[in-house]
Amino acid sequence: MHTTDIVVVGGGPAGVAAAKAAVANGASVTLIDSAPLLGGQYGRQSIDSAYVGIPGAQHLANTVVWAIEPGKRLHLRSGPLDAPGRAAAVLDAKILILATGAYDRAIPFPGWDLPGVYTAGAAQALAKSQRLAVGKRVLVAGTGPFLLPVAESLVDVGSQVLGVLEANSPTRWLRGAFAGRSKLPELTRYAAMLAKNRIPYRPMRTIIAAHGTERVTSATTAKLDRDWNIVPGSEQRVEVDAVCVGFGFVPQLDLAVAAGCRVRDGFVEVDHAQQTSVTGVFAAGEITGIGGADLAAAEGEIAGTVAAGGQVHSRRSVHKGRTFARALAKAHPVRPGWRTWLTPDTIICRCESVGYGALRRAVEQRQPADLRTLKLVSRVGLGRCQGRMCGRAVAELTGIPEAVRRPIAAPVRLGELAEEDPA
Amino acid sequence: MAHPEVVVVGAGVIGAACAEALTARGISVLVLDRGAPAAGTTAAGEGNVLVSDKEPGPELVLAQASRRRWPTLLAELRDELGPDAAEVEWDPKGGLVVATSPAAAQPLAGFAKAQRGAGVDARQITADEATEREAHLTKKIAAAVHYPEDAQLQPVLATATLLAAVRKRGGEVRGNTEALGVDRTVPGAVKALRTKHGSIPCGAVINACGPWSGAFSRAAGAPIDIQPRRGVVLVTAPLPPNTVRHKVYDADYVGAVASGDADLQTSTVVESTQAGTVLIGSSRQRVGFDDSLRVEVLRELARKAVNLFPFLADVQIMRSYGGFRPYAPDHLPVIGEDHRLSGLWHATGHEGAGIGLAAATGQLLAELFTDQAPHVDPAPFRVDRQP
Ligand SMILES: Cc1cc2nc3c(=O)[nH]c(=O)nc-3n(C[C@H](O)[C@H](O)[C@H](O)COP(=O)(O)OP(=O)(O)OC[C@H]3O[C@@H](n4cnc5c(N)ncnc54)[C@H](O)[C@@H]3O)c2cc1C
Ligand SMILES: Cc1cc2nc3c(=O)[nH]c(=O)nc-3n(C[C@H](O)[C@H](O)[C@H](O)COP(=O)(O)OP(=O)(O)OC[C@H]3O[C@@H](n4cnc5c(N)ncnc54)[C@H](O)[C@@H]3O)c2cc1C
Repeated sequence: MHTTDIVVVGGGPAGVAAAKAAVANGASVTLIDSAPLLGGQYGRQSIDSAYVGIPGAQHLANTVVWAIEPGKRLHLRSGPLDAPGRAAAVLDAKILILATGAYDRAIPFPGWDLPGVYTAGAAQALAKSQRLAVGKRVLVAGTGPFLLPVAESLVDVGSQVLGVLEANSPTRWLRGAFAGRSKLPELTRYAAMLAKNRIPYRPMRTIIAAHGTERVTSATTAKLDRDWNIVPGSEQRVEVDAVCVGFGFVPQLDLAVAAGCRVRDGFVEVDHAQQTSVTGVFAAGEITGIGGADLAAAEGEIAGTVAAGGQVHSRRSVHKGRTFARALAKAHPVRPGWRTWLTPDTIICRCESVGYGALRRAVEQRQPADLRTLKLVSRVGLGRCQGRMCGRAVAELTGIPEAVRRPIAAPVRLGELAEEDPA
Repeated sequence: MAHPEVVVVGAGVIGAACAEALTARGISVLVLDRGAPAAGTTAAGEGNVLVSDKEPGPELVLAQASRRRWPTLLAELRDELGPDAAEVEWDPKGGLVVATSPAAAQPLAGFAKAQRGAGVDARQITADEATEREAHLTKKIAAAVHYPEDAQLQPVLATATLLAAVRKRGGEVRGNTEALGVDRTVPGAVKALRTKHGSIPCGAVINACGPWSGAFSRAAGAPIDIQPRRGVVLVTAPLPPNTVRHKVYDADYVGAVASGDADLQTSTVVESTQAGTVLIGSSRQRVGFDDSLRVEVLRELARKAVNLFPFLADVQIMRSYGGFRPYAPDHLPVIGEDHRLSGLWHATGHEGAGIGLAAATGQLLAELFTDQAPHVDPAPFRVDRQP
């Protein structure tokens, strides 16, 4: 075991900025990230990534924090999960900065479990890091500005993007958040990209079903009203060999919850210095709110600076970023009408193959009133992903709030556990 | 509902079983829980319905009665509620207890012999026979005993089924209602249950608050000593069906059950669920109500599981969960009316066996409540045995 001043978990924009700021303020820093390269969910994928290393900090790549014990004791494993001989380590952090980010949110619709249906983030990662196209004829659907870079990377690797379907209406968004801001050039660039490649951008429309036997061969799209109910008669069938869907992001809260941090409205609660409710534990980036890479980095910088005992000179970029993030969230909600797209045999929990009909039956018959009993009477969320994929959807379908509690934050093998150092 | 005759405080498996047995005898019942029904210790249990781990004595007698009662009770509820609403994943799969060292072989054989004397079906089998039953078992088998009576059910489904029967018979189940104490008549009998949302007049209150029973009994002015004992279970990623067919225990299980040491004890129970995941339980530790993760506990569980089933070394753990077993200092349940406060009843202290013991506990409590002849001797479970 060894002790280090500041341990940063997560090597995305927030974690990298935190580590840099802490080093700049004279701290000894260890940064842990489960990926081989720094940059996080988006940054590491580009070949010309700005995230190449942090001089002065120790970077533990390919290393997962699978548990946190009281007293900020971290248990690590390094190496690919499916390879034998992952190295173990135990680290006692004096100060902990959590920057574990977020992952894509998918919502269930008939056929979403077919091969060929990807989350936008997964398609993006394949395109950027391996130059792999998920398909030749691809539809992109969901909500939020992140659909645009996804479409762009698909075009880059030779896919024909048949359309970008935005389930909300972006006009307010355009005026409210982009207009007159630094994001405008970015938007202009995406507009040009869409035009050049003749990709229709269709607001208030989405994919309501994917069809195929072995894999997806076509999709039904439909016009939506404000609440995301299907406008009757607006359905269109489109031949595709892949679809990418993204409905925003879900924060990766496991470690923060394990560390005892208070969660509010689905995100880790932090003060103006990015301190959580637990003394000596900071949080930055998308686990504290979804707002893009710039905001994540600005928060990380504050966390790293304060954690190392330095002075924060300006919080302007965080203010600006949060204003932008609020507008973004407001313009791209997930509306309740998605529930009307489901049929009784639409799979809700993919790991345990629980369909919508079975879920409803379990709720009616057994009357569960909290998440623990809901899971045990319906089997949703009990499988491999432990509800990371279906948790939000199940909460919206049943009215039983999601409660994140996964003390084992990443899978470990029994053989590894058996030899774990008691420290 | 007008005023219920009985208010059951606590909608875990024990409260639900009491309410089921009372309503079956025509008594009107309200079941309260401060949280969600079935979400306490009951949702953390593994669902073993065991005779194998109990030495001859009153708990074994109750366990044997409960093992007989469960299938009958479930058949009755199936008739009453229909097969879907009464599905509890009952599986009489049998248990296999294995001693993996010569030192453990003799005590296991002696234990099984004593159990046979008490009417338990405990069959000493050879190492080859054990391997025939469980292909992936360790080769280090010093002794093995097969217990055909051991069974399993899913505790939350079982509790939901019992509560469905209570509702069907006109009873009520109410969550989010915390019991704060009782109101007494002048001569000192229960006249109402006090809750956060006002008093509920009733003839009797049943304390089925699991590990929180001590706290409620103090609030009611008739304290009993019930403590929490933390237990943790590991859950693997799904494996092919029938990888593990029985409940398989390390022979050291027995030692841990009967002891009250505060220090960490683990005894391995390995079994697969209907979904293919393997459950590895469980630890016993007295840490109050502290539920933070302790890697040391996970490591001990993993070590012993791999010792029993070497192939498990390469299997991934997806999660761990745990709860607090309600135990009395003498490790026996407390079932019956309070000797200091008439109308206050206790049904608690089932420690690591409340799921298994629930069927007989409900029946016994209802028999005592209605002055029927009890089907097991209630004396060892009396409330006034505690100092
Ligand atoms: C398809 C797509 C396109 C995007 N496009 C843009 C864009 O154009 N502009 C923009 O501003 N933003 C964009 N974003 C959003 C941007 O990626 C995020 O805002 C940003 O990455 C958030 O940074 P973060 O540091 O909070 O988290 P992340 O970048 O998610 O980093 C978290 C890191 O923590 C690691 N981690 C998590 N748990 C553990 C653990 N237990 N042990 C070890 N490591 C762990 C993860 O592996 C990850 O590397 C896009 C996102 C996606 C998915
Ligand atoms: C890890 C583990 C594994 C186990 N495995 C097994 C097994 O395989 N087989 C077996 O038979 N047993 C097992 N057990 C034991 C079993 O789970 C318990 O004995 C049983 O669940 C106890 O049930 P209960 O109804 O008494 O308590 P609980 O299920 O805890 O129910 C008590 C209820 O009372 C409520 N309550 C408390 N105070 C108040 C109040 N003031 N007002 C209103 N409501 C209140 C609580 O919210 C709770 O819902 C295991 C236990 C653990 C921890």
